[in-house]
Amino acid sequence: MAARRPDVPRATADPPAVRRALIAIALTFLALFLFIPLIAVFAEALGKGVGQYFAAITSSESLAAIRLTLMTAAIAVPLNVSFGLTAAWAIARFEFPGKQLLITVIDLPFSVSPVIAGMLFVLLLGIRTPIGGWLDDHNVRIIFAEPGIVLATIFVTFPFAARELIPIMQSVGSEEEQAAIVLGASGWQSFLRVTIPNVKWGLLYGMVLCNSRAMGEFGAVSVVSGHIRGHTNTMPLYVEILYNDYQFAAAFAVSSLLTMLAVATLVAKYFLERRVAPQVRLAAENQDVMEAAA
Amino acid sequence: MKRHRVLPGFGLTIGWTMFYLSIVVLVPLSTIFLKATSLSWTEFCVDVLAPRTIAAYKLSFGASTAGAFVDSIFGFVVAWTLVRYEFPLRRLVDVLIDLPFALPTSVAGITLTALYAENGWLGRWFTPFGLKVAFTPLGITVAMAFVGLPFIVRTIQPVLEDLEPEYEEAAATLGAGRLQTFRRVIFPTLLPALLTGFALAFARALGEYGSVVFISGNMPFRTEVVPLLIMSKLEQFDYPGATAIAVVMLAISFTILLGINGLQKWAGRRLMAS
Amino acid sequence: MSIELRNIRKTFGDFVALDNINLRVATGELLALLGLSGSGKTTLLRIIAGLETPDAGEVLFHGADATTRSVRDRNVGFVFQHYALFKHMTVFDNVAFGLRVKPRVERPVEAEIARRVHKLLTLVQLDFLADRYPSQLSGGQRQRVALARTLAVEPKVLLLDEPFGALDAKVRQELRRWLKRLHEEIKITSVFVTHDQEEALELANRVVVMNNGRIEQIGTPEEVYHRPATAFVHNFLGNVNLFHGRIENGKVYLGDTAVDVDRAHASASGNGKAVLALRPHLIEIITRPNGKPSFPATVISVNPAGPQVKVELVAEWGDAVQVDVGHERFDELAIAPGARVFLRPKEEKLFVYQI
Repeated sequence: MAARRPDVPRATADPPAVRRALIAIALTFLALFLFIPLIAVFAEALGKGVGQYFAAITSSESLAAIRLTLMTAAIAVPLNVSFGLTAAWAIARFEFPGKQLLITVIDLPFSVSPVIAGMLFVLLLGIRTPIGGWLDDHNVRIIFAEPGIVLATIFVTFPFAARELIPIMQSVGSEEEQAAIVLGASGWQSFLRVTIPNVKWGLLYGMVLCNSRAMGEFGAVSVVSGHIRGHTNTMPLYVEILYNDYQFAAAFAVSSLLTMLAVATLVAKYFLERRVAPQVRLAAENQDVMEAAA
Repeated sequence: MKRHRVLPGFGLTIGWTMFYLSIVVLVPLSTIFLKATSLSWTEFCVDVLAPRTIAAYKLSFGASTAGAFVDSIFGFVVAWTLVRYEFPLRRLVDVLIDLPFALPTSVAGITLTALYAENGWLGRWFTPFGLKVAFTPLGITVAMAFVGLPFIVRTIQPVLEDLEPEYEEAAATLGAGRLQTFRRVIFPTLLPALLTGFALAFARALGEYGSVVFISGNMPFRTEVVPLLIMSKLEQFDYPGATAIAVVMLAISFTILLGINGLQKWAGRRLMAS
Repeated sequence: MSIELRNIRKTFGDFVALDNINLRVATGELLALLGLSGSGKTTLLRIIAGLETPDAGEVLFHGADATTRSVRDRNVGFVFQHYALFKHMTVFDNVAFGLRVKPRVERPVEAEIARRVHKLLTLVQLDFLADRYPSQLSGGQRQRVALARTLAVEPKVLLLDEPFGALDAKVRQELRRWLKRLHEEIKITSVFVTHDQEEALELANRVVVMNNGRIEQIGTPEEVYHRPATAFVHNFLGNVNLFHGRIENGKVYLGDTAVDVDRAHASASGNGKAVLALRPHLIEIITRPNGKPSFPATVISVNPAGPQVKVELVAEWGDAVQVDVGHERFDELAIAPGARVFLRPKEEKLFVYQI
């Protein structure tokens, strides 16, 4: 056997020194920027001991905030997911004028600052507006109350499900659904038995993202909440109140719950992405092949 | 264009889509423009051109640009490293990139403030150099860079993954060195994605409230960004003033959105056709 | 410049892509590497280019060892299957690329670059498209731009990976003829990879037939077609009927029919299993034995569409047989499915391979 030849660098390989330097830069940056904040949340939360930690997250105000956060998400997520499904169906299955515009408009809430998002509802439904005044006469309060928080949350989480579902439904294509119809299924049967199973991972993915933002939204709900302690606080708002009260350990204790939610979201995202991405990619490639053939 | 519709449900789904879209997005959004038209031109200008507002806009633009710029550099390195190299914990790092998306902004805000305070874990390293991070424009930039990072990484990553090795091989067979290949072949291919990521990070930073409110200190003329200014006007029930400033913000945001769409179309036309 | 490969071996994990490859490419030659996908032909081409490193063996350029020389320094031109044109550059910039990345001392001035680029674009008949982007070109035009870009750096060797693979049939024909003329004009040592036997036979001076990481045969198009060295080559280059039989005492037996081996083209001796290869147009259908070696078969189907009548039969011992018969002869025979006939190999083109 001949002596092992010196490695010839591949044409697409970077020199080892460059590789090591870039990895070092990336990891250092991420450590400072992401790892340390992540650890800091828990370190600060447990800074005054485990007893204090649990006391903070089980206080009645904290529990009220948790309840409101869960309720808000429980309303906003199903509504936006059902919108996402219908919008995706209409966009992916039919041709109509203004489709591209519709897709762009669905994304609009993403480019609206959270503060402005909250403000929209104050301007629309605040007590000094015609609608808000009329509602107030009938003892319905929206702004500075729970309904306002729910509305603002629906607005900021509006695009999540739709923007996951539209590309997936487009890429899955409608052949299977047409086959189901030809075989005698009703539109509703075809939807439940063919469409939903085909897009289930994307649906779940959209729900996870929507839920994460719904539970974590701060700016928009901050505007419409009116900061009434123990009454209209979601968890992110309650964090602010505790922090401004100099109850840092308690603020971080509540934060740690939200951080766990964030980490759970990331893990779910990781597993769901691996199921969703190949589906979209494969379909996109098939489409390319078809277009190239045409 | 028109074709026979085999599948049912067009009327129902487009109806619900338009109805829900109108109620949740279009009606609230039009309210603010309606409100703006009720302001006289002078009222509008007084609020928008007030020195405090101008200072807030300058700070918002400056810090957002700086934040997006920092993200562009490090985000590029991170994306490159994640796609091109193998190293321990690569998967974990990849998952963690989205932390700023997933973490509620108020949590990010108080955490960054605690870290970068004068005696904080990170802030103390700046103190000997006379540098204060928290409660200064520098702190605002840090918070904005934090929320914008995933945009850069996640727009570059897929393009880099799809970049066929044969382009680099072609460059090598034509005699180009690794650096020349990067500068002349790889970087121009990634540039549209980088610009898109920059615009997204910038837009997000411009509107960011939660992560900035704690670390900024909220001092008018010094550390007050535009969303904070709007917030303080709302708290004083100065709705006309808040509206005027918000309309300008929205116009800027939508322009960026249009710009991103245009950028992607341009890049698509030029680069996607194989 | 000549190329020599000595004992090249390359594995990817457990998969042996190339095994003990020895090959000489003479200066100015146009050589085809022909094989199915997975036969190792592209890997071999990439090893010559320096895009892959062999696990063992040597690559010599003009007699000098180039095995460890980097891609940049090999001065080879490589045309990729999908051309790998830089999408963000115009046709002009693509062709100028190789000149612009030269070290400062060797780099021509812009005016000289422009002159050379236009000369090359004229050579490939595309000068009018200099300002277009690759996405605005047809497949055949991209192919020619890729070639011009490669030639700009004046390579000593030109390597082409499936140069016509991504084109439709008509363009492929045109480009093939054009490339042959171009090669005659510039006489650069060239190696191209293809899975299309017609392309290899029409274009190349010599053909290397590859299978499963090994070279089956090296020869001129005429040699590999008319004197295939192995059953694989015989089968790969054109239609062929392969009959599994045995050799006993100098005779080949197909079922009970004996065929004299000394009339066979390929040498076969001793005893054992053998494969007899017969091209469909080199079998004669007769209605009764005429004393010469023949074997019985039954007609399964007849397809008279085309210049020749294709007759499908099944031999007595079960092998399917395809025979091409001229229309006149077919009318004489007057056969229909179910007919019992005899098949007689046309003697001088009998190939027997021992296995």
